[in-house]
Amino acid sequence: MEELQLLEAVERYLSGEMPPEEVTNFEQLRKSDPSVDQMVVQHAMFLHQLTGFGENKSLKHNLQNIHQQLLQDGEIKEALPKAKVVSFLKKYRKVLAAAACIAGVIALSISGLVAYFTPKRTVNEIEQLKRELYSVKVSQKQTQNEINSFKNGSLKPPVTGKFGGTGFLIDGKGYLVTSAHVVAKSDSVYVLKGENFYKAAIVIADENTDIAILKIIDDRFQPKALPYAIHKGSSDLGEPIFTLGFPRTDMVYNQGYLSAKTGYNGDSSTYQITISVNPGNSGGPIFNEAGEVIGVLSGKQTTAEGVVFSSKAKNILKVLEEAKKADSTNNIKLNYASSLKNMDRKTQVKKIEDCIFNVLSY
Amino acid sequence: MITDSNEKLLLEGLAKDDKTAIETIYKQNYSTIQAFIVNNNGSVDDARDLFQEAIIVLFEKAKRGDFELSCQIKTYLYSVARRLWLKKLQSQQRFSGEITHLAEVVPVEDELDRHNQKAQEFEMMEKALNGLGEPCKSLLEAYYLQKRNMEEIAGNFGYTNANNAKNQKYKCLMRLKKIFFAQYKNED
Repeated sequence: MEELQLLEAVERYLSGEMPPEEVTNFEQLRKSDPSVDQMVVQHAMFLHQLTGFGENKSLKHNLQNIHQQLLQDGEIKEALPKAKVVSFLKKYRKVLAAAACIAGVIALSISGLVAYFTPKRTVNEIEQLKRELYSVKVSQKQTQNEINSFKNGSLKPPVTGKFGGTGFLIDGKGYLVTSAHVVAKSDSVYVLKGENFYKAAIVIADENTDIAILKIIDDRFQPKALPYAIHKGSSDLGEPIFTLGFPRTDMVYNQGYLSAKTGYNGDSSTYQITISVNPGNSGGPIFNEAGEVIGVLSGKQTTAEGVVFSSKAKNILKVLEEAKKADSTNNIKLNYASSLKNMDRKTQVKKIEDCIFNVLSY
Repeated sequence: MITDSNEKLLLEGLAKDDKTAIETIYKQNYSTIQAFIVNNNGSVDDARDLFQEAIIVLFEKAKRGDFELSCQIKTYLYSVARRLWLKKLQSQQRFSGEITHLAEVVPVEDELDRHNQKAQEFEMMEKALNGLGEPCKSLLEAYYLQKRNMEEIAGNFGYTNANNAKNQKYKCLMRLKKIFFAQYKNED
């Protein structure tokens, strides 16, 4: 109620309806109470706004009336002097046509030139990380192997290998996983551990998931117990990872982290990881901190820096299912409990080392 | 600077909302602006809206007591209408980059910014009034916009006396202020 009275006083004050003695009182109040003063200022602005609004509205209304009136009286005409535009078009038709022709020719020739000089982009942006074995290195290796074979009588491949990659045991009986592209189009496959060559057969190779399962078919191979496990669940972004592989003839350790849950172009069967790898790392196991395999390294994007892809470990299970369907003698048992938990990295690697092989395809 | 006494009289008339003055301005300028709009992708309706808005801009200028135009009314109206029309074309993506000119123009950007600001405030006021509901809206309009006196309003709205009507009016005014300033703050 008080507010209402104050509003009334303010309005009377502003409109000059207030008797002089009340004005003096009010101005005193205004000086002593800043909130009253603010209300006066605000109300004055508001009234100004309201009056302006009224004037604007009435002017708009008047204008409409005047427009109608003048139209009726014939003082103004709502005519369409369109002819001018047409004449403009006619006048410049030839010029416009010529300009369009020239523009067309220039556009075509520029796009032609651009297409001609643009370097051809390779269609496949993913470089598979199998390693081509250079004949020099290999022949050197071969000589050494020959000497060794005399020593321990191991079977060695007769010719130099075409491609090299990495493989790891998933069953101590001699079953390995590697990348399908490492053993693609190969006549025969050997796995190498130290100086020992073992002949291996391809059980199954699945190009979609880039996973191949090999079986060592060599009597000299001694079954091993696996320290690591296959991780069935999904992994989290930022999880630290490490891998062991053969980008050269000696085993190389590298570490990184999981950077995306999907791979190239959103492929959900692969992870994107950040790790420094080189040709030869393909087929290598990707371990998490607990020493569980979460993926199989498959390739890196050539058009981007540090983008590496790994097939998810789930795919191993899928491929295994298929292998079992195709041939029931493939009695592969996976290890799901890692014995490497809470160990430091050096010990983990030492224990894993024995189960990682250099895969050579011929 | 043109200090044509005739033009000055017209502006003073416009500021006072004088019908003859507005009619004269209308008659003298409408056809030029209509021709401009229609020649540049506009319709007759566009022409009428644009011309009337230009007159409102001129009106606001005259209201501020700014009778000293740096050019003729004709040039001023044409410049304003042209600027408004270009803006509209651009906002509708119809602007072809080529505009047929019919007359000389003067810069009016600053005044149009002020005009836009005002138009926004008027819109807020309109919204606030509409949100008020009846009978408050009509009551306030009768008093503040049509400037009718309290006795007449009391009779029209069925109040027993002018004092009752006045009390009601203050209540309405308080609500209107609340709605308006709430919007005003939101805009900032």
